[in-house]
Amino acid sequence: MAEKILLKGNEAIAHAAIHCGCDGYFGYPITPQSEVMETLMAQKPWETTGMVVLQAESEIASINMLYGGAGTGKRVMTSSSSPGISLMSEGISYLAGAELPCLVVDVQRGGPGLGTIQPSQSDYFQATKGGGHGDYKIIILAPAYGQEMYDFVELGFELAFKYRMPAMILADGVIGQMMEKVEIKEQKPRWTKEEILKISPWAATGKTADRKRNIITSLDLDPISQEQHNIHLQEKYRQVEENEVRYTEYRSEDAEHLIVAFGCMARIAETAIDRAREQGIKVGLIRPITLFPFPKKPIEKLLPQLKSMMSIELNAGQMVEDLKVIANGKVPVHFFGRMGGVVASPDEIYEAIINKLK
Amino acid sequence: MKEEIIIAGFGGQGVLSMGKILAYSGIMQDQEVAWMPSYGPEMRGGTANVTVILSDNKISSPILNAFDTVITLNQQSLDKFESKVKPGGLLIYDPNGITHKPTRTDITICSIDAAEECAKIGNPKGYNMVVLGAFLKMKPIVKMDNVLKGLKKSLPARHHNLIPLNEQAINVGMDKVKVEFEVK
Repeated sequence: MAEKILLKGNEAIAHAAIHCGCDGYFGYPITPQSEVMETLMAQKPWETTGMVVLQAESEIASINMLYGGAGTGKRVMTSSSSPGISLMSEGISYLAGAELPCLVVDVQRGGPGLGTIQPSQSDYFQATKGGGHGDYKIIILAPAYGQEMYDFVELGFELAFKYRMPAMILADGVIGQMMEKVEIKEQKPRWTKEEILKISPWAATGKTADRKRNIITSLDLDPISQEQHNIHLQEKYRQVEENEVRYTEYRSEDAEHLIVAFGCMARIAETAIDRAREQGIKVGLIRPITLFPFPKKPIEKLLPQLKSMMSIELNAGQMVEDLKVIANGKVPVHFFGRMGGVVASPDEIYEAIINKLK
Repeated sequence: MKEEIIIAGFGGQGVLSMGKILAYSGIMQDQEVAWMPSYGPEMRGGTANVTVILSDNKISSPILNAFDTVITLNQQSLDKFESKVKPGGLLIYDPNGITHKPTRTDITICSIDAAEECAKIGNPKGYNMVVLGAFLKMKPIVKMDNVLKGLKKSLPARHHNLIPLNEQAINVGMDKVKVEFEVK
């Protein structure tokens, strides 16, 4: 039987990286995710799997190290928190433009600016709508449990390589700092050179006589071919939207009021939903696991039975805009949130349900 | 079974590690567990608290408004969390330095003078284990052999020689906890 151990979400990320055969981690410390690199340094994977762990001189350096590593077909990752992700955003745009697979972990804290070190979800826009410049998308996985922090590392790499695009784990300080029971998987070997050549024939692995050189770049000065590249990217994003939507539902079968919440807020909302159900209010939950692609269809499917929807987020109202597009005026869409690092309690959410949905 | 606990005191009193040992003991008997610290810029001397949830079922919210058990190890924590005990629940406090005692009459109130008790057995570092013992006496939700397994899991191997000392401290806590008020 697989071993179950008590881990912080951040520690689970580090263990998962080693266990799934990640080739390299490049990061710069920032609360509330510093345990990722701390754990990697303590585990010393360079002595076992050969994984590189490097504290870069800055976030900007880290993300550009990912660009280099990903360009050679290696599985590389970084982790940071909100202000650090802002610094990385230029690099993420370049990675998306050059179609490079990699994994970025964002354990969000309250902003704007240096903000606070307490949990937040105020980077939903940054993660799902760009962050950097240009028409690009990255795959966003939003874990709500320590086990998901562990599992989404391998899943993130899998999706990143399947579609040749960056993937992000968008967590928050609650999930990063909380310890839960995590089931550890068996150690997988890192990819061999032969495997890399097979999986990523586009990678810069050293030109041989039998193939043309591979060029990793996001630059193409010819607008016509740049447009073709953009069309290709958009087609890829539509495929991702078609195939990779992930979500969970809670008491939504007969729901008249639907709560949509991700990450820690979904769990806190579940407790509030149980209480509202005791009062006879038919309320249910959809928890998007992928924020891009957003679970649009499952919510649309429930629309005919709904009287209202409500987005619960640790921000001033970001995901609620996507819900309003889905609702398209058919049902009212409410919002409840706390900001700046304050985590909403089950009682507050219950009150919000009573006040706004009843 | 579901037990929602908060342990609150000064940083350095072993609040977080006591919670961790309790959570690990829960894992050893195949329960779902959550350990949610208040994290902040404060270090030793500041306030620290941790929520621990042990449950037979999947745990929803790790953020709670009220607790089955509140354990406070200083006056600030007692002032802050006495009102957060669910009616009929349990409050355990360290009376050392307490000038305003708990006043509720709808909960069970116990005290454990853990500093004095661990000093008596010559193990001042066993403070938090004495407190853990007091809790386990009042609410034996995890079996002692699972606590010892939990200790083994949460302590680095080089400290496994200290497990008998910790066990002794837990037993002292079980023995010395005082029920000051029992709710009917």
